[in-house]
Amino acid sequence: MAVIRDVMPAFDLLQPTSAADAQKLLEQHGEEAWVMAGGLDSFDWLKDRIKKPKVLVDLSGVDELKGVRSTSDGVEIGAMTTLTEIVNHPVIKAQYGILSEAAELVASPQIRNQGTLGGNVSQDVRCWYYREGWPCYRGGGNICYADTPVGRNREHAIFGANRCVAVHPADTVPALIALDAKFVLQTSKGQRVVDAEDYFLGPEIDITKINILQPGDLLTAIRLPSAWAGAKFYFEKVRDRNVWDFPLMNVASAMVMQGNTIDRIRLAVSAVAPRPMRLKDVEDAVKGKPADATTGEMAGNLAVKDAVPLQFNAYKIPLMRNLVKRSISGVEEAKWA
Amino acid sequence: MGLIQWAISPWGRTVPIHIAWFLIWVCAIGGLTFMIVHALYVGIFARPKKFAVNDSPAVVAAIPERVPRHSLVARAFHWVMAISMFALLITAFLPKVGVKFDWVTYHWIAGLVLTASVLFHIVHASFFLDFWSIWPDKIDLRDAKRRMMRAFGKDAPPPDRFAKYPLENKFYHAVILLAGLAVIITGVFMMKRVNTGIFVRNPYLFGDMTWGMMYVLHGLAGVGLIALIMVHVYFGIRPEKLPITKSMIFGYMEKDFYLEEHDPQRWAVEGSSPSKEGPGLATGDD
Repeated sequence: MAVIRDVMPAFDLLQPTSAADAQKLLEQHGEEAWVMAGGLDSFDWLKDRIKKPKVLVDLSGVDELKGVRSTSDGVEIGAMTTLTEIVNHPVIKAQYGILSEAAELVASPQIRNQGTLGGNVSQDVRCWYYREGWPCYRGGGNICYADTPVGRNREHAIFGANRCVAVHPADTVPALIALDAKFVLQTSKGQRVVDAEDYFLGPEIDITKINILQPGDLLTAIRLPSAWAGAKFYFEKVRDRNVWDFPLMNVASAMVMQGNTIDRIRLAVSAVAPRPMRLKDVEDAVKGKPADATTGEMAGNLAVKDAVPLQFNAYKIPLMRNLVKRSISGVEEAKWA
Repeated sequence: MGLIQWAISPWGRTVPIHIAWFLIWVCAIGGLTFMIVHALYVGIFARPKKFAVNDSPAVVAAIPERVPRHSLVARAFHWVMAISMFALLITAFLPKVGVKFDWVTYHWIAGLVLTASVLFHIVHASFFLDFWSIWPDKIDLRDAKRRMMRAFGKDAPPPDRFAKYPLENKFYHAVILLAGLAVIITGVFMMKRVNTGIFVRNPYLFGDMTWGMMYVLHGLAGVGLIALIMVHVYFGIRPEKLPITKSMIFGYMEKDFYLEEHDPQRWAVEGSSPSKEGPGLATGDD
């Protein structure tokens, strides 16, 4: 976390009470507007005076964006639903336990009380150079200070380093990708629904953005389809401290078994690349195979096949290999031969 | 509104980071304006060309019906360079005007193709062709003055016909050479900062100021190339220049066009009389 060093810059505070109003305000103010959900990422940026929006649209008064609703095909979670609500919600705990587990591993209880699902998935990347406001690529400049050979990049990417090597840290996102969640956006052209993994942008497409939201767009809800409800889940977060820390890596898997073999699987990781990664190749490779240590080992090796470490984060390769293995074969089976 | 975007480096220095991107539009509009003004001038105001012609029947008779102008190797270079240049401009500037795609890989690959083709051209033109044929000479400058005076209605003798390349062509070549070398040299260094598999990345190879200047030079030359390429394409499709364009495709130009625009004394073709300024007979691309 950057050092908070100043009071916030002046901005117009707008507090809509409906999603439609919020979207209209965002559209009206375009790139000058900043969307604030729980405020946990926002206040870092604002108090450090790295981001200086002219208008801040505070969504805390938009009740329709809060809460968990059952739908004909699963559940819909309002973007402003707090992480604590998700952790404790009975349907999510029972049917989509992986999301509940992931949300419970976010930061601290106080932060989970304030932080929202929409804010968690939309938070900016972690990189101290970028968050310090240095003129790096992501900050609009022409350099990645974290890159090899001398940048401090222990926590940075082993995949997808395309000028920027920062990683997307959201704990809930791998779980959402594993659950085949759909993100619901309200745009000036109407509602748009995208797959969880397609919500995020890598630096190869737009180095200054982390997701597909355009000025005027609002993430309103996240839908969890019933197709993966009650599946066999695995989630693991590895971090330096077991309380209140960003991940060194997250892994999440959802498996539907047929007997002893994997019938369907979705597998995702975060904090290994500038955007959360769904491991489609691994999913395809393990389908029809038993969920045992052999399959897990094969999956782990396949998952890291194209990994390229930076100067100080080579440890992430065996870490990811083991996590992917565990996500398939479980902790008990995860001992390497 | 500055032409350059600046930032504060981690060490507190104000450093340039790149050009202001509105210059893309400035150059595009500049190129378009030039084309419109030129087309209006040629269509409405320009006087018919008049050259001093004094070809002996023997010289005319010696000119083949198809005058070789560009060898296959030279044409291949030109079109490879053209494709790489278009690829570079598209991959560089479309993302800046809102068309987002994974451009970096295509950009540096196109840049390598351009670099290789330009290196080849430098060696080819220096050692296998008439190096000086593309650079302005005294007659070009004298005739430029004559043409200018005649354009303004002043009394001046008619200029000689061109050598192999008109003066405008030679100036264009010089400008695009400068812009091209600027983007190539800076671009090669910039490859140290992206994943290429060729170089080991090292963003700390230079200081922030040096890198910034490099990015600014790359950007300025890049947006300049937008206007230069627009103008080049414009002249390539102008009716009176089509024989030259066709020669870049088929390798030769017709005898009539050659005798109309080019002086056999200044650009001698195979089978005609020797050049009075060149080293010998030409078979194209000398």
